[in-house]
Amino acid sequence: MANVANAPRQKVVISTRVDKVSTGARVTSSVRAAIAVIVALIMLIPVAWMAMTAFKTRPDAVAVPPKVFFEPSFEGFVSLLTSRRQLTNDEIAVYQQRTDLGWADQIALIRGQAITGPSAFPRQLLNSLIISGVSTVFSVGFGVLSAYAFSRFPVPGKDDLLFFILSQRMLPPVVVTIPIFLMYRQVGLHDTHIGMVLLYTAFNLSFSVWLLKGFIDEIPREYEEAAMVDGYTRLQAFRRIVLPQATTGIAATTVFSLIFSWNEYAFALMLTSDAARTAPPSIPLVLGTGGIEWAAIAAGSLAFLIPVVIITFLLRKHLLRGVTFGAIRKG
Amino acid sequence: MANIELRGVEKKFGDVFAVKPLDLTIKDGEFIVLLGPSGCGKTTTLRMISGLEAVTVGQILLDGRDVTWLHPSERDIAFVFQFFALYSHMSARDNIAFPLQAAGMARHEVKERVAQVAALLRIDHILDRKPGALSGGDQQRVALARALVRRPAAFLMDEPLGALDAEFRETMRAEIKKLHLAQHATTVYVTHDQIEAMAMGDRIVIMSAAVVQQVGTPTEVYHNPANLFVARFIGSPGMNLVKAKVEPDGARLPGGGLAPISDRWRRALEGSGLEDGSVVLGFRPEAVQVHDGGALRAGVYADDLHGGYTMLHLELADGEIIHGRAARDAMNALGSAVRFDLDPDMMRFFNPETEMAILS
Ligand SMILES: Nc1ncnc2c1ncn2[C@@H]1O[C@H](COP(=O)(O)OP(=O)(O)O)[C@@H](O)[C@H]1O
Ligand SMILES: [Mg+2]
Repeated sequence: MANVANAPRQKVVISTRVDKVSTGARVTSSVRAAIAVIVALIMLIPVAWMAMTAFKTRPDAVAVPPKVFFEPSFEGFVSLLTSRRQLTNDEIAVYQQRTDLGWADQIALIRGQAITGPSAFPRQLLNSLIISGVSTVFSVGFGVLSAYAFSRFPVPGKDDLLFFILSQRMLPPVVVTIPIFLMYRQVGLHDTHIGMVLLYTAFNLSFSVWLLKGFIDEIPREYEEAAMVDGYTRLQAFRRIVLPQATTGIAATTVFSLIFSWNEYAFALMLTSDAARTAPPSIPLVLGTGGIEWAAIAAGSLAFLIPVVIITFLLRKHLLRGVTFGAIRKG
Repeated sequence: MANIELRGVEKKFGDVFAVKPLDLTIKDGEFIVLLGPSGCGKTTTLRMISGLEAVTVGQILLDGRDVTWLHPSERDIAFVFQFFALYSHMSARDNIAFPLQAAGMARHEVKERVAQVAALLRIDHILDRKPGALSGGDQQRVALARALVRRPAAFLMDEPLGALDAEFRETMRAEIKKLHLAQHATTVYVTHDQIEAMAMGDRIVIMSAAVVQQVGTPTEVYHNPANLFVARFIGSPGMNLVKAKVEPDGARLPGGGLAPISDRWRRALEGSGLEDGSVVLGFRPEAVQVHDGGALRAGVYADDLHGGYTMLHLELADGEIIHGRAARDAMNALGSAVRFDLDPDMMRFFNPETEMAILS
């Protein structure tokens, strides 16, 4: 007897639907795959170009026609990560005699420069990591709690509250930069990590509540109810059942919030100057003296890109996986 | 194990009654079935017993202890949900062990208990799979194991077979019955399937439109339905119900036939204060005795062969169709006239106004 009720839960390894296996269908799917690959490659060209530029010397970076094959150099990274001073011709001669120079010093010396210390960039990158990391933890953490409350409890004025939360997102952030700048200066939050964490958390929270509520709504109440009759408190049921079931939503929200606060430019420019300055407003400032340091800018952009790529890569399984709810079947 | 007592329990959602005031005592070790059409308040009743839904008014007692306002986790009751509610991120084994971990049971003991219950339900071989990889029947067994493993005071089951194929349903019905007989645990079982209810229940609580219509053993609700709703709802087909008039010699059927009434019923009908003798006469298909000397007449409208017997659809003179059971080899051409009698002991009478049964 055809097991209709069980059918959707059985794994179909190879589709046997006529429209999936006919010659026409197979050609169509190959063409589609080819187009997808081509589009992906086109999208990757600027990124690849940036990565290449990061490893070029200054002449190679501005060569016309552009060089695809070149000898890799760490010049860009040295410019990005160090501060240097220009040497006089006499000094250059002295330096060239020295044998105690490290490889970075030697690269600097090619351009007649001596390294005087690390640049501000590593610290700015660290600031970016701290601020966006902590604000993401907060916005996802508070987001999942309030999304759960909105999803499960008869919160008074629920719809109005939800709309109010969403409306926070409708305001273009740039509009409030000046008021926030003035307020932050008053209360001493200007150029502090706490100030930036607070701001990014506030901006991401509206989005994360809405996104997570959608995911939590999809988790059947019976899951927690089963846990509660089985002897768990609601909070325990939330931790043991709801959180694992919401992994996909949490992963997606994490990536979105992280990318927002990681990329945020306008507020970072206005509200930070030194102690809490993040990477985005700093990268364009690596312009260098005498000529634009394309390699350094590309190196900065590359360094800036990598953390997001790593996080997205780590969470890719959850991001790609559709929301599956296993054994509960809707009747 | 425990007895469960509901005292005047009711539930309103806004202004709408999901369950109207309900009194029910479930004895220790009893298998009670809540039966009724969809939306009549069965699930709500079960959820109130479990504590997942707060009562609007009333009291719930477990073994005499008032649990009305206790959290579900403090009631020691297991709930088997309609769609199993197995946690898809845990293996079957972890699903079953989950309730034991709440109580902080030692690891080796948890292992032992899970193994015991898995052996009982014959699911040892699937314990390491995730629920999504299990068949409907096995998911059901895992859900039952999760309920059994804790040895709770009572089991609540909400249409546990509803999500299964007909084929599995028969098997699982027998398994649940057998488990109950072995464990003798107080069980409240919800279904909308009257055949399932008749097969499983020690007693059946029939609900309709938020109101309990009758509480009784399967035999009682089948043979002595309390009202027209129960008479129609129980049995397939339900009880034949025809408008009749009580006369000195018997009950006059539509279209003229006169069915003799036993003395017992005659006295009951006289005492029931019916105006002009109008009643609803009810009789089960097996009360119909087709034979040539019968006092009542009908035309054969259709006949269904059921293997062991034939179900005749008989058309009375006024066009009303009744069902009658006849022998397997009875030959009745469609459209032919037949004669039959009604077994006087199997006749029941209802007040057409109140729709309630007249008691003998
Ligand atoms: N949470 C709820 N809010 C509002 N109405 C509800 C809720 N739960 C159930 N009801 C209503 O209560 C009635 C009984 O529902 P239920 O107990 O689920 O019926 P059954 O299980 O017998 O099909 C239905 O009319 C249903 O719409
Ligand atoms: Mg129900």
